Amino acid sequence: MLKTLLSRVREYKKFAFITPLLMIGEVAMEVLIPTLMAIIVDTGVSAGDMDYVFRIGIVIIAAAFLSLSFGVAGAWTASKASAGFATNIRNDLYSKIMDFSFADVDKFSTSSLITRMTTDVQNVQQSFQMMIRICFRSPIMFIFAIIMVYHNGGALSLVFAVAIPIVAVLIFLIFRRTYTSFTNAFRGYDAFNRVVQENLNGIRTVKAYVREDEQLSKFEEASETIRSNFKKGQTIMALMNPLMMTVTYCCMIAISYIGARLINIGHMETGELMSIYTYTGQILSSLVMTGMVIVMLSIAHASMVRIAEVLNTKPSMDVNENGETVVEDGSVVFDHVSFGYGKNSKVLNDINLDIKSGQMIGIIGNTGSGKTSLISLIARLYDAQSGSVKVGGKDVREYNLEALRNEVSVVLQKNTLFSGTVAENLRWGNPDATDAEIKAACDIASASPFVEAMKDGYNSHVEQGGTNFSGGQRQRLCIARALLKKPKILIMDDSTSAVDTATDMQIRKALREDVKDLTKIIISQRLSSVMDADQIIVMNNGSVQDVGTHSELLERNADYRDLYETQTRGGNLDD
Amino acid sequence: MIRGRNAGGARAKDPKKAMKRVLKIVFGDRKGKFVFIVCCIFISAFSIVYSSNFLGQFIDQYVTPIIGVENPDWQPVVMSLVQFACIVSVSVVFNYLLSRTMVSISQDTLYDIRIKMFKKLDSLPLSYFDQNQHGTIMSRFSNDTDTLNQFISNSLVQLMQAMITLVMVFVSMLINSWILTLVVIAFALLTMKASSSVAKRSGRQFAAQQSDLAAVNGFIEEMMNGQRVIKVFCHEGQSKADFGILNSKLRKSMTKGNALANAMGPITMNIGNIQYVALVVIGAVVVILTGGAGAGYTIGLLAAFLQLSRSFSNNINQISQQMNMVLLALAGAERIFELMDEESEVDDGYVMLVNSKTDENGNITESKERTGQWAWKHPHHDGSPVTYTPLRGDIVMQDVDFGYVPDKMVLHDISLYAKPGQKIAFVGSTGAGKTTITNLLNRFYDIQDGKIRFDGININKIKKADLRHSLGMILQDTNLFTGTIKENIRFGKLDASDDEVIAAAKLANAHDFIMMMPDGYDTMLTNNGESLSQGQRQLLSIARAAIADPPVLVMDEATSSIDTHTEALVQSGMDKLMEGRTVFVIAHRLSTVRNSNAIMVLDHGRIIERGDHETLIAQHGVYYKLYTGAIELE
Repeated sequence: MLKTLLSRVREYKKFAFITPLLMIGEVAMEVLIPTLMAIIVDTGVSAGDMDYVFRIGIVIIAAAFLSLSFGVAGAWTASKASAGFATNIRNDLYSKIMDFSFADVDKFSTSSLITRMTTDVQNVQQSFQMMIRICFRSPIMFIFAIIMVYHNGGALSLVFAVAIPIVAVLIFLIFRRTYTSFTNAFRGYDAFNRVVQENLNGIRTVKAYVREDEQLSKFEEASETIRSNFKKGQTIMALMNPLMMTVTYCCMIAISYIGARLINIGHMETGELMSIYTYTGQILSSLVMTGMVIVMLSIAHASMVRIAEVLNTKPSMDVNENGETVVEDGSVVFDHVSFGYGKNSKVLNDINLDIKSGQMIGIIGNTGSGKTSLISLIARLYDAQSGSVKVGGKDVREYNLEALRNEVSVVLQKNTLFSGTVAENLRWGNPDATDAEIKAACDIASASPFVEAMKDGYNSHVEQGGTNFSGGQRQRLCIARALLKKPKILIMDDSTSAVDTATDMQIRKALREDVKDLTKIIISQRLSSVMDADQIIVMNNGSVQDVGTHSELLERNADYRDLYETQTRGGNLDD
Repeated sequence: MIRGRNAGGARAKDPKKAMKRVLKIVFGDRKGKFVFIVCCIFISAFSIVYSSNFLGQFIDQYVTPIIGVENPDWQPVVMSLVQFACIVSVSVVFNYLLSRTMVSISQDTLYDIRIKMFKKLDSLPLSYFDQNQHGTIMSRFSNDTDTLNQFISNSLVQLMQAMITLVMVFVSMLINSWILTLVVIAFALLTMKASSSVAKRSGRQFAAQQSDLAAVNGFIEEMMNGQRVIKVFCHEGQSKADFGILNSKLRKSMTKGNALANAMGPITMNIGNIQYVALVVIGAVVVILTGGAGAGYTIGLLAAFLQLSRSFSNNINQISQQMNMVLLALAGAERIFELMDEESEVDDGYVMLVNSKTDENGNITESKERTGQWAWKHPHHDGSPVTYTPLRGDIVMQDVDFGYVPDKMVLHDISLYAKPGQKIAFVGSTGAGKTTITNLLNRFYDIQDGKIRFDGININKIKKADLRHSLGMILQDTNLFTGTIKENIRFGKLDASDDEVIAAAKLANAHDFIMMMPDGYDTMLTNNGESLSQGQRQLLSIARAAIADPPVLVMDEATSSIDTHTEALVQSGMDKLMEGRTVFVIAHRLSTVRNSNAIMVLDHGRIIERGDHETLIAQHGVYYKLYTGAIELE
C-alpha cells in the first residue's frame, strides 16, 4: 500500500529527498548553538576576553542564519513535494475512476469515491509533509542533542539513559489509551452528523408528527457519545503535560546535582551545564513530537488504505483499443444472454431478441424486471455473463468501446446536467456541433420552445445538477444531448416520465419522422409512451415474457391487458 | 481530522461581544471553577519564573563558590534542590488539576451548546429552513462547533496562561536587569513584525488555496455524480484534461501557502536564537566591563535571564498564533449565536386536545385514560366554564390571504370548507399554491388575513402540537430515519404495540414487502431508506400516517414514477387510509381527483374553478383541458 502511494511522488522525488537533508542541516545548527554559548560563557566571559566573545558571537549568528536558511528552504521543498504528491495522487485517482466501468463504480459507490478524492487525499498530503519534515527532524534532533550532552557533560548523559525510556513508555501508553477514545469520538461525529442531516431533511415530517422531543433524544445520545469519548481521551491526555514536567524537573535536579559535582572536580564548566539545561528541553520535546507524529500517521493510515484500494483496482472492462470502429447499422440482437451484477445474482435470464435497424421498440415491465439491465448491455455499460449481445451484426465486445458508445446513445434514467450553459451541456454529445445542429436536436426533443423563451436562450446558465430546470425540462435537454451524437441507436430509459403526455407524444412523433434510420428503444412505465412502437417487449422477472405490437399483446397477453386497463382508467394528471 | 478547517473563514464582526458571550457560557455558571483555574495558571506561571531564577541562583550560590574547593559541604546544595523539588511538584499538581478541570468544563460546555442549538433548530418556523441551505445549517453544527471546541479546550487556557506568564516573566526580567530587558523587547517587536508580515502573506495564500481547493472538490463532486453520463458520452478524456488544469492550479497555490506556513517556525525560532546571542554578548560585555560584582551581573544571572527571555518570546509567539485561531473561533461563535438568537415558532394556543368520555346525557367530559375518543378542551377568557368540542375533522377556510414574505401574497381570498369525511382535491400547475394551502392548515406558516377553523375553533387558538397531532401529513417526498422499519412506522404513534404496527402496515399494503425483507419489521433502514424502492418508501409513509390515526389527512401525492404494480398498492393503501377521514389531497392522478367531493382548480394563488368532477367537466374550463391533456401542468 505504501509503495502504491509513494510511487506517486514521481517528479517531486528530489524535493522529497532534499527536505530531510535540509532538516538535518537545520537541526545540526540548532543543536550546535547551545554548545557555542557554553564556549562563550566558559572561555570568553569567565576569562574576560571580549574579543573572543564577539568572535564566537558572530559564529553563532552565522549558525542561526544557516539554520534559518535551511529551515525556510526545507519549508519550501516540503511544501513543494507534498503538494505535488497530492496533485499526482488526485490526478491518478481521477483518471483511474474515469476509466472505471459501471460495475466498478457500483462496487465503491459514488459518495465513497468523492470522500477518497477529497478528505482522504488531504489527510495523506498532510501526513506526507509531516513525514518528510518532522519525522526526520525530531529523531535527528534527539540524537544530535544526546551526542552534545555526552560531549559537554560525559557522565551526565546517564541521566537521559534513565529518563528517555521512561518518557518513551509514558508517551506510548498515553497515546495508545487516547487513540481509541479519539477514533471513537470521530466515529461519533458520523452519527451526530447523520442525526442533524436527517432532522434537516425530514423537518416537515418531524414537525407534522410533533416529534421534536424524540429527535432531541437521538441528538442527545449522539452528542453524549462525542462528549464522553472526548472527555475520556482528553482526561488521559491531561496527564501528558504534568508527567513531562515531572520528568523534566527530575532531569534538571539530577543534572544540577551531578553537574555541580562535575564542576567541583573540574570535569565540566558552568557554561556547559547551562547548555545541558537547553539540551534537556530539546531532547524531551523531540520525543513528544515523534510520538505525536506517529499518532497522526496512524490516523491517516485509514485514508491511505482507502486511496490505495482505488489505485490498485483494475478497471473491470476491457476498452478494446484496437477493436472494430465502424458500426454497420442500428440492429440489435440478444442471443441467449444472461446477466447479473455479481457472481451470484441473476438479473437477466436467457434473453433472445431481434431488433431491426430503424425500428421503434418499447420496453415495459415492473421495477426489478430487468429493463434497465437489458439496455445497459447494448452500450456495453456492463458485460453479459453468458451469451452474446450484437450491435450492427457484431458482438459488442468486438468494437472499440468508444466507437460503440458513440453509436449507441443512452439517455440514463438518473440523468445529469452539468454546470455551464445549455449549449455547453448539449455539446457533450458533439463538441463541434453547430448552432443549427443544436437547435435541430432541441426541436426533436421539444426542448427548443422553453430554451428559446429564456433570456439568454442557448447560453442560459445551468446550475450544478441542472436544478434551475424542471424535471421535464431536464429530461428533454438530456434527450437533445443524446441526439446530438447522431447515433445509430438511441436508448431512452424512462426519459420522459416528467414530461406531460402531449409533449411526450410530440417527441416520439419527431423521433419517428425526423430521424428515420435511428433505432429507438424506449423504456417507460407509461403504456401510452410505447403503445405505438413497432415492437413492445414485456419484461417480467428477468425474462422476456412477450414481444409484439400493441394490438397483438392486447389480444393475447393478460398481464398487458390488465396494465392497459389500469392505466387508461386512472391515468396521470400532470406527468 | 481535516474537519473544521475553518470553513466559513470570515472574521468575527464584533469579536469583543462574541468573546464576552462565549466566556459567559463557559464560566457563567462556573464562577468557582473560573477562580480555581486562574489560581492554577498563576501557580504554573510562578513556577516557570521561579525555576528560571532558581537556575541562576543555583549557579551563583552553590556552583560557582565550590569550583575547585576540595570536599565542599554538599548539604546546602542538596537542600536547595529539595526545596526546588517541593515547589515545582506543587506546580505540577496544579497543572494537572488545571487540565482536568478544563477537560470537563470544555466538553460539558460544548455538549450544552450543541443541545441548545438543536433544541433551537427544531423550534424554528419552517420559513427558516426555506431560507437557509441545509449545508449552511450543517456547518453550524460541525465546523463552527469544532472551532469553538478547539478554542474552549485549548486556546482559551493557553491564551490566559501565556498572558499571565508573559507579565510575570516580564516583571522578573526587569528585576534581574533592565538593560537586557530592553534587548528582549526589541527582539520581541522584531519577531512580531516578521511573523505578522509572513502571516499576512500566508493568509492571502491560504484564501487562494481554499478557493482553489473548493473548485477542485466541487468539480470532483459534480463529475463523480455525473460519471455515468460521462461514460455514456465518452467524455472521460476531456474531463481528465479539465481536472488536470484545476488540479495544477491548486498545486501552485498550495505549495506557496504551505511553504509560508512551514517557514513560520524556523523564522521565529532563529530570531530567538539571535536574541540569545545578543543577550549573551551584551551580558558578557557588562559582566566583563563591570567585573561582574558592581552591577550584580553574574553568570547565574545571565543563565536565568536566558531562560526567562526564551519563555518570554515563546509566550509572545503563542499569543500571536492563538490570536488567529481566536478570531476564527469567534466568527464561528457569532454564527452559532445567530442561530440561537433566531425567533422560535410562537405558540400561544390554549385549546388542547384531550381524551374524552360521553355520558348517557350526551355531555362530553375529560378523561384521564386513553378512550380513543378525543375532544377539544376550550377554556374561555371571560371566565365562562370550559367547553368540550368533539374532534370531528370539520375544516373551514374563510378569505385566506397568505404570502411567505409580507408584501408578496401567494394566496388570495381562499375560501373553502370540508365536512368530516369529505375529500377535497387541489389541482393546478406548479407554483399555483396547492402545497401552500395545505401548509397553512397545520400552521407550518401563519396566514396574513382571513380565518381557518377546525371543528369551529380558530386554529390560532389551538396549541400547535395538538393541532398537528390531529392532522396527518403524507408529504410528496418520504423521509425515513435511520432505524428499523418498525421504528419508522412507530414514528406516527410512539407507544404503538407491535400488533398496531403490523395492522398499520397491512392497511398500507406494506406488510407483504416488509415480510420479504431479511429481518422483517426489524430490518434496519439507513440513509433515508436507500435500500427501498420509491414505492416501498411511500407505503411506509402511508403506514406511518395510518398508525397516527388522525381525523384529518393532508396528502401530497408523489409524482416520482413507480411501477404499475406498486402504484396500484400505493393507491389502494391510500384509499383505505382515506376512509372515514377528512382529506385534502394535492392530486396528480385522475383517479384521486375524480371521486373527490370537491375539486379546487388553483391558478396563481386563486381558486379559479370549483366543483365535483362532473360539474367541472361540464364547464369545459381549465379542469376540462387538464383532464383531457390539452395543457401541461408542469
